[in-house]
Amino acid sequence: MLKSRHLLGIADLAPEEIAAILDTAEAMTEIAARPIKKVPTLRGRTVVNLFFEPSTRTRTSFEVAEKRLSADTLSVAVAQSSVTKGETLLDTVRNLEAMAPDMIVMRHASSGAPHLLARLCRSAIINAGDGMHEHPTQALLDAFTIRAHKGRLDGLKVAIVGDLLHSRVLRSNVQLLNKMGAEVWACGPPTLMPADLPRFGVRATTAIDEAVDGADVVMMLRIQHERMHGHFIPSTREYFTLFGLTPARAARAKPDVIIMHPGPMNRGVEIDSDVADGPYSVILEQVANGVAVRMAVLYLLAGQDAVTD
Amino acid sequence: MKLLLKGGRVVDPAASRDGEFDVLIEDGHVARVGKGLPVDGAGVLELKPGWIVTPGLIDIHVHLREPGQEHKETIATGTASAVAGGFTAVACMPNTDPVNDHPGVTELILRRAAEANLARVYPIGAVSLASRGEQMAELGAQTAAGCVAFTDDGRPVATALLMRRALEYAGMLGVPIVNHCEDPSLKGDGVAHEGFHAARLGLRGIPGAAESIMVERDIALAELTGGAYHVCHMSARQSLRAVRDAKARGVTNVTCEVAPHHFVLTDESLEIPIRYDTNVKMNPPLREAADRDAMLEGIADGTVDVIATDHAPHHADEKLVEFDRAPFGIVGLETCVPLVFDRLVHAGRIGVRRAIELLSVNPARVFRLPGGSIAEGAAADITILAPDAAVTIRARELRSKSKNTPFDGWQLKGAVAATIVGGRVVYRNEAL
Repeated sequence: MLKSRHLLGIADLAPEEIAAILDTAEAMTEIAARPIKKVPTLRGRTVVNLFFEPSTRTRTSFEVAEKRLSADTLSVAVAQSSVTKGETLLDTVRNLEAMAPDMIVMRHASSGAPHLLARLCRSAIINAGDGMHEHPTQALLDAFTIRAHKGRLDGLKVAIVGDLLHSRVLRSNVQLLNKMGAEVWACGPPTLMPADLPRFGVRATTAIDEAVDGADVVMMLRIQHERMHGHFIPSTREYFTLFGLTPARAARAKPDVIIMHPGPMNRGVEIDSDVADGPYSVILEQVANGVAVRMAVLYLLAGQDAVTD
Repeated sequence: MKLLLKGGRVVDPAASRDGEFDVLIEDGHVARVGKGLPVDGAGVLELKPGWIVTPGLIDIHVHLREPGQEHKETIATGTASAVAGGFTAVACMPNTDPVNDHPGVTELILRRAAEANLARVYPIGAVSLASRGEQMAELGAQTAAGCVAFTDDGRPVATALLMRRALEYAGMLGVPIVNHCEDPSLKGDGVAHEGFHAARLGLRGIPGAAESIMVERDIALAELTGGAYHVCHMSARQSLRAVRDAKARGVTNVTCEVAPHHFVLTDESLEIPIRYDTNVKMNPPLREAADRDAMLEGIADGTVDVIATDHAPHHADEKLVEFDRAPFGIVGLETCVPLVFDRLVHAGRIGVRRAIELLSVNPARVFRLPGGSIAEGAAADITILAPDAAVTIRARELRSKSKNTPFDGWQLKGAVAATIVGGRVVYRNEAL
């Protein structure tokens, strides 16, 4: 069981809690292998998936996880227009709460939006990505995937390469990997590095060869095309030349390296297709593991009264 | 009508007076300052031991929100907040709705202030029409109507050319130009100081250089034109250094102010005690410890001329939103004196005399306002302080219409005992 009734970020999880989630996810993968992929654990519970930002992967992953646990689920894609209608986030959520959900899974473009709800609302809040801040279930599924391949997290060299500044995946992964004893390298152009990056507990570098050298895990982050507009990078072509993960660069890593990407991928911008589709790529496994990890989180947050199978 | 303030310690830096004196007020003016003055039919205000009698405090950076944003504050509630905070006069910013770029707005503000009849109100006019930075407002007409300074506060004066012309033109009128210094392209859509805490929380950053670049620009233009120039709410150590260097090389027409939150808090407040508290969102943002310490040094060494609150009331609903959507600003009128005494005077950084210079003498000098001294014959604008009284800040008890303060629950030493405007006691602290 977890100490908090919310999952707002990796920042709030102790290493034992992270291990407990990963162990529980292990048990959940077995359900996906059954002919009838459903258990009654969350029967009678209502989960609202509230997405203020478009998302395919994360939203469907949560929905599948909820359905496999027999929860009643409701997915609300809130169009930007409802914001312009003048309703505040708090009012939107309080209206939904009038229908007595047990949990709210929320994605929002503003960092800290789920923290606001956790302070002022009744439901358990699960953060499915808040602005540039955290994306805890992504970091958990990444850790689950790494552990499945390497058998451990501590002592591994993990290189995270890409748009570090705008990435909630970076912020959650760095905290999780540090808590579990991995050595994290963060690589990207200086224009896309957060202020005081070394204080995050990473080795910061602009040289991808150095970051990837001897790595057990290479995690590529998405570069959004519109980043050219803030003068972050001159062009996606130049970005690929300096930071793209090519087969030659991947070859500098350990022979059993795994290559990860949280998606959605920009082929030819941050990653060469030969690498993305190559033998070391675990990108689709990450997606599959996402369901098991989210089932584990939902189950553990539901707490004592969940129906045991 | 006579009132005798009996038994206080008078601190009047302008008269180089610091000691036990009585003050006799007659017909709204200071009649006599002396030892053991006879009562002679006057009403007597007996001061308790340790209480200080000072020239009325003046806050030259206040948002009264009227006209147009009366749900946040009105001139009546804002001046009630001012006198409860010990201020006998405030200068109000022009970013109302409509912007105060016209004598009609100035007259409305002065009329409402007269109706409220609490603190004196000095309107600050916009430099440019609608503060858009395109065309200079009629500074002459506005000065005649009662404006005491000009700024496009909330926004910087957009171009170096407009700043140059405004300094030249306002120089003719004998009023200062005040600037909210911020390079718009460096600020971008930033919401917090660019540093470790904002980076960790995923909040877009505003670097200190966004402020200091414009401070440097404006100092160069002040030197070019000779016009009186004042830096608003300085927050970055680079800005402070720029002003200090200018003063050291003999530039006399540049002054600056610091708000209490910038010498008390740092960007650590973004995370502690609660994450994403919109009551620590202000512009300029709370900066890192080195910046906060630079403000403290500047206050102690004389670089900083004025402490001004940047009192920026916002309705609770407006602040109860996602951090990046919340408006910038906090209320400050009623927390200023406790913070100045607790963090500066009792902490041993400055003496009482310097505190009064920062809160009364210099604001009057910089904006060329009456006040700043307890001179015989002058209007009796006087603040009585209880520097050793314990205060607990309670947001819900503030007189301001808005309660957006990060200091709720803070226990501080230093209180306002009474506020006297034009010889009339407009505030008495009943708890003392």
